Amino acid sequence: MTALLVALGAAVGAPLRYLVDRAIRARQNSTFPWATLTVNVAGSLLLGFIAALPADPELTALAATGFCGALTTYSTFSYETLLLARSGAHRLAAANVIANIAAGLTAVYVGLHLGG
Amino acid sequence: MRKTHDRARQPGTAATPATLAAVSAGGGIGALARHALAQALPHPTGGFAWSTLAANLTGSLLIGAVAVLVAQRWPDRPLVRPFLAAGVLGGYTTFSTYVLDIQQAVAAGAVGTALVYLGLTVTGALFAAWAGGVLTRLALTRRRSPDPRP
Repeated sequence: MTALLVALGAAVGAPLRYLVDRAIRARQNSTFPWATLTVNVAGSLLLGFIAALPADPELTALAATGFCGALTTYSTFSYETLLLARSGAHRLAAANVIANIAAGLTAVYVGLHLGG
Repeated sequence: MRKTHDRARQPGTAATPATLAAVSAGGGIGALARHALAQALPHPTGGFAWSTLAANLTGSLLIGAVAVLVAQRWPDRPLVRPFLAAGVLGGYTTFSTYVLDIQQAVAAGAVGTALVYLGLTVTGALFAAWAGGVLTRLALTRRRSPDPRP
Protein backbone atom coordinates (compact mmCIF):
# COMPACT_ATOMS: atom_id res chain seq x y z
CA MET A 1 0.00 0.00 0.00
CA THR A 2 2.77 2.42 0.97
CA ALA A 3 4.76 1.51 -2.15
CA LEU A 4 1.69 2.10 -4.32
CA LEU A 5 1.23 5.58 -2.83
CA VAL A 6 4.91 6.40 -3.38
CA ALA A 7 4.67 5.35 -7.04
CA LEU A 8 1.41 7.25 -7.49
CA GLY A 9 2.83 10.50 -6.08
CA ALA A 10 5.94 10.16 -8.21
CA ALA A 11 3.91 9.38 -11.33
CA VAL A 12 2.45 12.91 -10.95
CA GLY A 13 5.56 14.71 -9.62
CA ALA A 14 7.96 13.56 -12.36
CA PRO A 15 5.87 14.66 -15.39
CA LEU A 16 5.06 17.93 -13.61
CA ARG A 17 8.81 18.59 -13.33
CA TYR A 18 9.16 17.76 -17.03
CA LEU A 19 6.36 20.21 -17.96
CA VAL A 20 7.85 23.00 -15.80
CA ASP A 21 11.21 22.36 -17.46
CA ARG A 22 9.73 22.62 -20.96
CA ALA A 23 7.66 25.71 -20.11
CA ILE A 24 10.60 27.62 -18.61
CA ARG A 25 12.94 26.54 -21.41
CA ALA A 26 10.43 27.76 -24.03
CA ARG A 27 10.15 31.19 -22.40
CA GLN A 28 13.78 32.09 -21.91
CA ASN A 29 17.06 31.29 -23.54
CA SER A 30 19.38 31.44 -20.53
CA THR A 31 22.11 28.86 -20.05
CA PHE A 32 21.35 28.93 -16.31
CA PRO A 33 19.16 25.92 -15.33
CA TRP A 34 16.26 27.94 -13.89
CA ALA A 35 13.73 25.13 -14.33
CA THR A 36 15.55 22.68 -12.05
CA LEU A 37 16.07 25.42 -9.45
CA THR A 38 12.32 26.19 -9.62
CA VAL A 39 11.14 22.60 -9.05
CA ASN A 40 13.79 21.98 -6.37
CA VAL A 41 12.73 25.06 -4.39
CA ALA A 42 8.97 24.41 -4.85
CA GLY A 43 9.35 20.75 -3.80
CA SER A 44 11.49 21.67 -0.77
CA LEU A 45 8.89 24.23 0.35
CA LEU A 46 6.09 21.65 0.09
CA LEU A 47 8.16 18.94 1.80
CA GLY A 48 8.91 21.29 4.71
CA PHE A 49 5.21 22.05 5.01
CA ILE A 50 4.29 18.33 5.06
CA ALA A 51 7.07 17.54 7.57
CA ALA A 52 5.55 20.06 10.00
CA LEU A 53 2.08 18.45 9.86
CA PRO A 54 1.09 15.69 12.32
CA ALA A 55 2.73 12.42 11.19
CA ASP A 56 0.58 10.53 8.68
CA PRO A 57 2.30 7.55 6.98
CA GLU A 58 0.00 7.59 3.95
CA LEU A 59 0.34 11.33 3.33
CA THR A 60 4.12 10.98 3.75
CA ALA A 61 4.30 8.17 1.19
CA LEU A 62 2.09 9.89 -1.39
CA ALA A 63 3.03 13.56 -1.07
CA ALA A 64 6.49 13.60 0.56
CA THR A 65 8.36 10.49 -0.67
CA GLY A 66 6.40 10.21 -3.90
CA PHE A 67 5.35 13.64 -5.17
CA CYS A 68 8.02 15.94 -3.63
CA GLY A 69 10.74 13.34 -4.12
CA ALA A 70 10.01 13.04 -7.83
CA LEU A 71 9.17 16.72 -8.44
CA THR A 72 12.68 17.57 -7.24
CA THR A 73 15.82 16.03 -8.70
CA TYR A 74 19.47 15.67 -7.78
CA SER A 75 20.64 13.88 -10.93
CA THR A 76 19.58 16.66 -13.33
CA PHE A 77 20.92 19.26 -10.88
CA SER A 78 24.38 17.66 -10.78
CA TYR A 79 24.39 16.96 -14.53
CA GLU A 80 23.43 20.53 -15.45
CA THR A 81 26.10 21.88 -13.06
CA LEU A 82 28.65 19.60 -14.73
CA LEU A 83 27.61 20.86 -18.20
CA LEU A 84 28.01 24.48 -17.08
CA ALA A 85 31.47 23.76 -15.67
CA ARG A 86 32.51 21.84 -18.79
CA SER A 87 31.38 24.69 -21.06
CA GLY A 88 33.74 27.00 -19.14
CA ALA A 89 30.97 28.78 -17.20
CA HIS A 90 32.56 28.03 -13.82
CA ARG A 91 30.94 30.97 -12.07
CA LEU A 92 27.47 29.94 -13.28
CA ALA A 93 28.17 26.36 -12.18
CA ALA A 94 29.14 27.55 -8.68
CA ALA A 95 26.17 29.94 -8.61
CA ASN A 96 23.86 27.04 -9.52
CA VAL A 97 25.12 24.92 -6.60
CA ILE A 98 24.89 27.80 -4.13
CA ALA A 99 21.45 28.91 -5.38
CA ASN A 100 19.92 25.42 -5.19
CA ILE A 101 21.28 24.67 -1.71
CA ALA A 102 20.61 28.14 -0.24
CA ALA A 103 17.14 28.52 -1.75
CA GLY A 104 16.25 24.86 -1.09
CA LEU A 105 17.22 25.11 2.59
CA THR A 106 15.39 28.43 2.96
CA ALA A 107 12.32 26.89 1.34
CA VAL A 108 12.31 23.88 3.67
CA TYR A 109 12.53 26.20 6.72
CA VAL A 110 9.73 28.43 5.37
CA GLY A 111 7.62 25.32 4.67
CA LEU A 112 8.18 24.00 8.20
CA HIS A 113 7.16 27.36 9.61
CA LEU A 114 4.01 27.52 7.44
CA GLY A 115 3.05 23.95 8.32
CA GLY A 116 3.30 24.31 12.06
CA MET B 1 20.57 31.01 -30.80
CA ARG B 2 20.86 28.07 -28.47
CA LYS B 3 24.13 27.41 -26.75
CA THR B 4 25.88 24.14 -27.57
CA HIS B 5 25.43 22.57 -24.15
CA ASP B 6 21.69 23.27 -24.30
CA ARG B 7 21.55 20.92 -27.22
CA ALA B 8 23.45 18.31 -25.23
CA ARG B 9 21.14 18.80 -22.27
CA GLN B 10 17.92 17.96 -24.02
CA PRO B 11 16.94 17.54 -27.64
CA GLY B 12 13.93 19.52 -28.80
CA THR B 13 11.34 16.89 -28.02
CA ALA B 14 7.81 18.11 -27.45
CA ALA B 15 5.87 17.19 -24.33
CA THR B 16 3.64 14.70 -26.16
CA PRO B 17 1.29 12.39 -24.24
CA ALA B 18 3.72 9.53 -24.97
CA THR B 19 6.64 11.51 -23.52
CA LEU B 20 4.67 12.45 -20.41
CA ALA B 21 3.58 8.84 -19.94
CA ALA B 22 7.21 7.71 -20.24
CA VAL B 23 8.35 10.29 -17.65
CA SER B 24 5.45 9.37 -15.35
CA ALA B 25 6.12 5.62 -15.52
CA GLY B 26 9.86 6.16 -15.11
CA GLY B 27 9.26 8.49 -12.16
CA GLY B 28 7.14 5.87 -10.40
CA ILE B 29 9.79 3.19 -10.91
CA GLY B 30 12.61 5.47 -9.74
CA ALA B 31 10.73 6.59 -6.62
CA LEU B 32 9.97 2.95 -5.71
CA ALA B 33 13.69 2.17 -5.92
CA ARG B 34 14.48 5.18 -3.67
CA HIS B 35 11.76 4.07 -1.24
CA ALA B 36 13.17 0.52 -1.14
CA LEU B 37 16.67 1.91 -0.49
CA ALA B 38 15.31 4.04 2.37
CA GLN B 39 13.67 0.94 3.90
CA ALA B 40 16.89 -1.05 3.55
CA LEU B 41 19.13 1.67 5.04
CA PRO B 42 17.03 3.41 7.70
CA HIS B 43 18.48 6.31 9.69
CA PRO B 44 17.16 8.04 12.82
CA THR B 45 15.61 11.51 12.33
CA GLY B 46 18.50 13.98 12.33
CA GLY B 47 21.05 11.22 11.64
CA PHE B 48 23.23 10.77 8.57
CA ALA B 49 20.88 9.95 5.67
CA TRP B 50 22.90 7.20 3.99
CA SER B 51 20.00 6.07 1.80
CA THR B 52 19.38 9.55 0.33
CA LEU B 53 23.13 9.97 -0.22
CA ALA B 54 23.32 6.59 -1.96
CA ALA B 55 20.33 7.37 -4.22
CA ASN B 56 21.65 10.81 -5.18
CA LEU B 57 25.18 9.56 -5.91
CA THR B 58 24.20 6.47 -7.89
CA GLY B 59 21.49 8.45 -9.73
CA SER B 60 24.05 11.09 -10.71
CA LEU B 61 26.48 8.40 -11.90
CA LEU B 62 23.73 6.88 -14.02
CA ILE B 63 22.59 10.19 -15.56
CA GLY B 64 26.15 10.74 -16.81
CA ALA B 65 26.01 7.28 -18.36
CA VAL B 66 22.52 7.76 -19.85
CA ALA B 67 23.51 11.05 -21.50
CA VAL B 68 26.39 9.33 -23.33
CA LEU B 69 24.34 6.23 -24.22
CA VAL B 70 21.47 8.31 -25.63
CA ALA B 71 23.82 10.46 -27.71
CA GLN B 72 25.95 7.59 -29.03
CA ARG B 73 23.69 4.55 -29.05
CA TRP B 74 20.05 5.62 -29.09
CA PRO B 75 19.90 8.99 -30.89
CA ASP B 76 16.81 7.90 -32.86
CA ARG B 77 14.74 6.74 -29.86
CA PRO B 78 13.00 9.89 -28.60
CA LEU B 79 11.36 8.26 -25.55
CA VAL B 80 14.46 6.68 -24.03
CA ARG B 81 15.94 9.88 -22.60
CA PRO B 82 12.68 11.22 -21.07
CA PHE B 83 11.96 7.77 -19.59
CA LEU B 84 15.43 7.16 -18.13
CA ALA B 85 16.71 10.67 -17.31
CA ALA B 86 13.66 12.80 -16.44
CA GLY B 87 11.64 9.74 -15.36
CA VAL B 88 13.57 6.96 -13.62
CA LEU B 89 16.58 8.99 -12.43
CA GLY B 90 14.49 12.09 -11.65
CA GLY B 91 12.19 9.95 -9.52
CA TYR B 92 15.08 8.02 -7.96
CA THR B 93 17.09 11.08 -6.87
CA THR B 94 15.64 13.83 -4.71
CA PHE B 95 16.58 17.35 -3.74
CA SER B 96 13.73 18.01 -1.30
CA THR B 97 14.61 15.09 1.00
CA TYR B 98 18.28 16.17 0.81
CA VAL B 99 17.57 19.65 2.22
CA LEU B 100 15.10 18.24 4.79
CA ASP B 101 17.79 15.75 5.93
CA ILE B 102 20.16 18.72 6.45
CA GLN B 103 17.52 20.71 8.36
CA GLN B 104 16.71 17.71 10.59
CA ALA B 105 20.37 17.11 11.42
CA VAL B 106 20.82 20.80 12.32
CA ALA B 107 17.61 20.70 14.42
CA ALA B 108 18.96 17.61 16.25
CA GLY B 109 22.11 19.57 17.10
CA ALA B 110 24.30 17.52 14.73
CA VAL B 111 25.66 20.49 12.75
CA GLY B 112 28.83 18.58 11.84
CA THR B 113 26.80 15.69 10.42
CA ALA B 114 24.66 18.18 8.46
CA LEU B 115 27.70 19.89 6.93
CA VAL B 116 29.49 16.63 6.03
CA TYR B 117 26.28 15.26 4.48
CA LEU B 118 25.69 18.52 2.57
CA GLY B 119 29.23 18.66 1.19
CA LEU B 120 29.65 14.94 0.52
CA THR B 121 26.40 14.78 -1.47
CA VAL B 122 27.08 17.78 -3.68
CA THR B 123 30.75 17.04 -4.43
CA GLY B 124 30.09 13.31 -4.75
CA ALA B 125 27.17 13.85 -7.14
CA LEU B 126 29.19 16.15 -9.40
CA PHE B 127 32.07 13.67 -9.47
CA ALA B 128 29.64 10.78 -10.09
CA ALA B 129 27.93 12.55 -13.02
CA TRP B 130 31.36 13.18 -14.55
CA ALA B 131 32.58 9.62 -13.89
CA GLY B 132 29.40 8.08 -15.30
CA GLY B 133 30.01 9.82 -18.62
CA VAL B 134 33.72 9.03 -18.75
CA LEU B 135 33.31 5.34 -17.88
CA THR B 136 30.46 4.85 -20.37
CA ARG B 137 32.43 6.53 -23.18
CA LEU B 138 35.36 4.27 -22.32
CA ALA B 139 33.19 1.15 -22.34
CA LEU B 140 31.64 2.07 -25.71
CA THR B 141 35.07 2.72 -27.26
CA ARG B 142 36.34 -0.65 -26.02
CA ARG B 143 33.33 -2.44 -27.49
CA ARG B 144 33.82 -0.77 -30.84
CA SER B 145 37.51 -1.78 -31.04
CA PRO B 146 37.81 -5.06 -29.11
CA ASP B 147 41.11 -5.93 -27.53
CA PRO B 148 42.80 -8.63 -29.67
CA ARG B 149 44.34 -10.32 -26.63
CA PRO B 150 42.42 -13.34 -25.23
